[in-house]
Amino acid sequence: MGTDKKVAVLGAGMHPWGKWGRNFVEYGLAAASDALAEAGVDWTDVQFVAGADTIRNGYPGFVAGATFAQALGWTGARVSSSYAACASGAQAINNARAQILAGLCDVALVVGADTTPKGFFKPVGGDRRDDPDWLRFHLMGATNPTYFALYARRRMELYGATEADFAAVKVKNARHGLANPYARYRKEVTADEVLASPMVADPLRLLEICATSDGGAALVLCSTEFAKKHTGSDDLVTIDAVSTVTPRFPQAIIEMPNFSTDSSVAASTVGPTFKESVALAAYEEAGIGPEDVDLAEVYDLSSALELDWYEDIGLCKQGEAEKLLRDGDTTLGGRVPVNPSGGLSCFGEAIPAQAIAQVCELVWQLRGRATGRQVEGAKVGITANQGLFGHGSSVIVSR
Amino acid sequence: MTTKTRVPAIEGWFTMDEGAPALLGSRCTSCGNVAFPKETYFCRNPHCRGTEFAETELSRTGRVWSYTDAAYQPPEPYVAADPYVPFSICAVELAAEQMVVMGQVVPGVGVDDLSVGSEVELVLDTLYEDDEHEYMVWKWRPTDAATTGQGA
Repeated sequence: MGTDKKVAVLGAGMHPWGKWGRNFVEYGLAAASDALAEAGVDWTDVQFVAGADTIRNGYPGFVAGATFAQALGWTGARVSSSYAACASGAQAINNARAQILAGLCDVALVVGADTTPKGFFKPVGGDRRDDPDWLRFHLMGATNPTYFALYARRRMELYGATEADFAAVKVKNARHGLANPYARYRKEVTADEVLASPMVADPLRLLEICATSDGGAALVLCSTEFAKKHTGSDDLVTIDAVSTVTPRFPQAIIEMPNFSTDSSVAASTVGPTFKESVALAAYEEAGIGPEDVDLAEVYDLSSALELDWYEDIGLCKQGEAEKLLRDGDTTLGGRVPVNPSGGLSCFGEAIPAQAIAQVCELVWQLRGRATGRQVEGAKVGITANQGLFGHGSSVIVSR
Repeated sequence: MTTKTRVPAIEGWFTMDEGAPALLGSRCTSCGNVAFPKETYFCRNPHCRGTEFAETELSRTGRVWSYTDAAYQPPEPYVAADPYVPFSICAVELAAEQMVVMGQVVPGVGVDDLSVGSEVELVLDTLYEDDEHEYMVWKWRPTDAATTGQGA
């Protein structure tokens, strides 16, 4: 697609991740205020509000767009609220982008925020025997780390990945996040400390599995015409692609919250895996390839999953992620740094905010404002993310 | 032993034949697609508009695709024993159905007893119990006789 499919990012904002225990709306408002201030746009000039929903904070969370709009003060702005598990934030971005590209509005605000309980994510309460997410906990005791661990063990079996490789991902990301003011964990860890932390789901240990966090992130998006007028410059940071593709049948890799894969009896498995297809669609939409990417923010729900993403977003071939990591290519200063923000490893997951936060980081990196974690001269970045029930997203940002 | 009545923890997902239990899936009468748990409304093969399904027993043995364990007690609605006893979980490839099905591994089998590609078979075992009932669920058990695991 050509440049006419780009939308500009005027401002990004975040509330620091943590376990603050306050109302999620507060985090969203803090992030929105920062994004509006960075954009130099007044709230009353926002025409469309895209909220990313949280399902653990009652009704206000289900109608997040309206909740944030009311809290900022009703202005009559149009609104949307999206839930797409971990990709909720990307769908909110995509809603805003579509409104702008359709010419229905010039300026949109995207906001996602969450307040999370302690410990493993568990399904929403009640006795729900027709909900696979409820049933997988009830019948198998299968938590999210169960699935991450199945993938990790698979990497060890297929590609010779070691526990030391997984620990090295954590060590790298912990170092990346040290100077990030929005990261929850800002502490260097050694491989020995990682490998000495308790096993949660073999072969994954406590320090290798992302925590659940409170946090908020926001973006102010607008048409490129508006941005040029507003900033008086052609030097824009733009969103060039938002991929929210669903899987293709038959899906041969077991995914949360399922009990089984699809069967390949009636239709054979061909083409890319779901996670590969998420990034491929983004590259195709932006008209670029993995070789054009300077940095990536990927969903390291576990240390091992980050390695899967290297391959799924095309930074290397299947089975070569460990080499990429060991060679330092994905470390700050390397060929294509991955998770310079520190990733989920340093943030923990604030579900509806996370995919937005990934884009915030890219925006600041491309503007050269990522103090202490800057990828020098970065021009193009990609995000990748996957959640339950066939959701995933990839966003490409360029300057 | 026990005098409690054994009932399935969920109706219709597996046979209660304790000697040779089987998972109950569906087979689309139009395209042959197999699904577990059972499909009831529309075939999930996008090239098929089938709406009729035959119940089918899935293969009782398969090979381990991957495996892990649950070192920490899973949250509700998992009903954990007190004190909590960690268990293994595996994802098993069924050759005939060309699909992977997850399940707990029988008690006593740890991750060191499992390997990718090794054969496991389906058994029934107690998931949890109350004063009157034992709630049964499917689990996988290595067919390798050297393991210490015990099914029901």
